[in-house]
Amino acid sequence: MPKVILEVKNLNVKLNGEEIIRNLSFKVREGEVLVILGPNGAGKTTLLRTLLGLVPYEGEIIWRTKNISYLPPQELVQRKNLPPISVKEFFEFKKVSLEKIKKIIKAVGLDESILKKRFGTLSTGEFQRMIIAWALVKDPSVLLFDEPTAGIDIGGEETIYTLLHKFWKEKKLTILLVTHDLNVVWEHATNVLCLNKKKLCYGSPLKILTPKNLEKLYGVGIKFYKHKG
Amino acid sequence: MELIYAIIMSAFIGGVAGYIGTLMVTKRMALAGGALGHLTLPGIALALIYGFDVSIGAFLVLVLGIILIWLFEIRTRLPLESLTAVVFASSLAVAFLFLPEEKTVQALIGDISQISITSVIITVIISLIIFLIVRKIFSEMILINISEDLAKVEGINVKKYNLIYLICIALTVALGVRIVGGLLTAALVAIPACTSRNLSKNLFQYSYGGLALGALACIIGVIGYAFTHIPAGLLIILSSTVFFLFSLIVKK
Repeated sequence: MPKVILEVKNLNVKLNGEEIIRNLSFKVREGEVLVILGPNGAGKTTLLRTLLGLVPYEGEIIWRTKNISYLPPQELVQRKNLPPISVKEFFEFKKVSLEKIKKIIKAVGLDESILKKRFGTLSTGEFQRMIIAWALVKDPSVLLFDEPTAGIDIGGEETIYTLLHKFWKEKKLTILLVTHDLNVVWEHATNVLCLNKKKLCYGSPLKILTPKNLEKLYGVGIKFYKHKG
Repeated sequence: MELIYAIIMSAFIGGVAGYIGTLMVTKRMALAGGALGHLTLPGIALALIYGFDVSIGAFLVLVLGIILIWLFEIRTRLPLESLTAVVFASSLAVAFLFLPEEKTVQALIGDISQISITSVIITVIISLIIFLIVRKIFSEMILINISEDLAKVEGINVKKYNLIYLICIALTVALGVRIVGGLLTAALVAIPACTSRNLSKNLFQYSYGGLALGALACIIGVIGYAFTHIPAGLLIILSSTVFFLFSLIVKK
């Protein structure tokens, strides 16, 4: 069995006196794709931010790697009203060679010419690919991803996940992914964590995503049909 | 000789103010540059009365003012920007209690006559130090502006960087009041940055454009003063304004 790369024990998070996460424990093994599911306000984004040390917490978070990359939800990334920063300059924060930047830009399906473009002028799809490239350029071993396809149309959404899947396979990434999209869970998740302040269910999608569990999680009956094949 | 001193000194101050101004415009703090300038007036007044360097007076009052704003914030949790208004307006009123009438214009819009070689050297050194520090923190400050979370994950200590940035602003304002007075410092940091933003395509052009435009406006302003004897502070700001208007035409 692959080694445990992240261990969370009895995690409690309060923000402004309000309980956001209660008594949460789970493990993530190397190479796993853990999808965190839950309704709005369930604490998913806070969980990722807590795992990165951005939020004060009680309990234990043990990372067995240092090479972690993060993609915040889009609303936490300022895209407009910025100084005229080019994509190339945005990549310079990462302090890697231009060769490496060009390689990763191509790998996410973008053209090199995007490096000269201004940050604020990219379309949502281009921006998401660009920022995925940014997250991957230093060869992280773990990727924390918060709703990478929010605001992208269906076609774009598929390619983003196909892309992530490709990197996951090639680079043996461990991925923690917040999403609302149950299709993604079926196609890509190795494990699912259902979260609504506390852990409601945990395990492989096949075992976990029963109508009963989904109802417990979202509070309403959700009919979901498994893909065939 | 005095004219050359004034040109060197103003160019360095204008350059570094234009440079840090590009960060301040990015962080929507251009007006804070003005408020901090007003805040310095009691210090300028004391300096003019007792005959020491206005920048020293300005800096001491700035430090005091910033500490007050910081303490008020801890005590009241009111927005920093409102507390700045409280402190700078009070400070301004206090300054006029004892500012001699014949020194008023000098305090408000600056004075570049009677500059000693010592103050030129000190100004150049401090400007260079501010420039180097700001250059060092520049890209990190931009990343913090794009996403604080991303910056933190990249290992940037956001609080530390913000503090360094504020100290650099305070120093720049203290230098700036020397040439444009307590009233006009916002223009020193804001206008070159705005002009540069209109003209630039990337961060490098933007930041160094701010620096060049700031320095150039100061040089023109001081030379203009030598010919016309209109206060240099006004001419510096107005040259900057002309550049800005020009950038509107050139901007695509």
